[in-house]
Amino acid sequence: MIGRLIPILAFLLLGVLLAVGLTIADRKTELPSPLIGKPMPDFSLPVLGQNELVMTRSDLLGEPFLLNVWASWCVTCRVEHPLIEKLAASGELRIVGLNYRDQPEDALAWLQQFGNPYALNLADVSGRTAIDFGVYAAPETFLVDADGTIVFKHIGALTEEVIAEEILSRLDEWKPGDQVAMYIKPARSTGPSE
Amino acid sequence: MRIRGWLFTGLLVLVNTCFGSAEPLLFSSEELEQRYLELTQELRCLVCQNQNLADSDAPLAQDLRQEIHTMLESGQSNSQIKSFLVDRYGDFVLYRPPVGGNTLMLWLVPLLLLIAGAGVVFAVVRRYNRLPAEESAPTSRPAELFANENKD
Repeated sequence: MIGRLIPILAFLLLGVLLAVGLTIADRKTELPSPLIGKPMPDFSLPVLGQNELVMTRSDLLGEPFLLNVWASWCVTCRVEHPLIEKLAASGELRIVGLNYRDQPEDALAWLQQFGNPYALNLADVSGRTAIDFGVYAAPETFLVDADGTIVFKHIGALTEEVIAEEILSRLDEWKPGDQVAMYIKPARSTGPSE
Repeated sequence: MRIRGWLFTGLLVLVNTCFGSAEPLLFSSEELEQRYLELTQELRCLVCQNQNLADSDAPLAQDLRQEIHTMLESGQSNSQIKSFLVDRYGDFVLYRPPVGGNTLMLWLVPLLLLIAGAGVVFAVVRRYNRLPAEESAPTSRPAELFANENKD
């Protein structure tokens, strides 16, 4: 009786495993970042094309912003570029570029060719700052709140859905009048990204 | 033939992006070099996720090897270097992640499968041993089976 049930149970278990595996298959190369809910790392980087102008973490704080890691050699960055331009044009939030492992002249030419939606671009030529941000594949995008806490990270090209559901929806919650305590939502950090 | 050519080209491209780390790193002592080799063996490259840092030639792997080299030379311990990487990339960089939390399944499931497998073997063996006892001596069973087959 129990002996006969074992193959059926084993089959069901295998089915469940495969179903779970298939549904998360397209996301399995995306790793949850340990930086969610933590302060954005400190850095000291020149502004792209203006080597004498060096900026640090505290220069960026005060209001929420999007930190977009990109490079002129990154093909996927070109794919998401129109969406970033659209988001920048909407005026919803500042978009700061982190130009990753790039030659400044290539990066500037790229912006000239495709348009520059960035309020500011930081040049991380060596890629050392990107290591502190846990970057492993451009493009990557971080949503940082006014206090400098990383609230959300997206790996790969941004999509309309991600912008609406993960970025703009959070901005709505932060609109003036809300308590500062609203800024940090621990439930989000352990959310759908397993 | 053409397909094989394409596959070969694809393979070459893959090999090109993932293999062959050759940037020269000089160590002040053999002990440091040994620790470097051990560390890069058991840390994962996040770009080519089934490779370790020692084997991968992805730009990030080069950067991380450089970083590990610098940290070793500045006197940091293996666990300091590992936690530097875990703080940034999560437990996934470790080929041997710590037991507990979300890695508990990873460590327990093989053990559970082993126990389940042992249970199945035990059940099969017991049933096999019990059946012949009802008929005749256990050793004669294979012979009987053959005898029945020959009749058909």
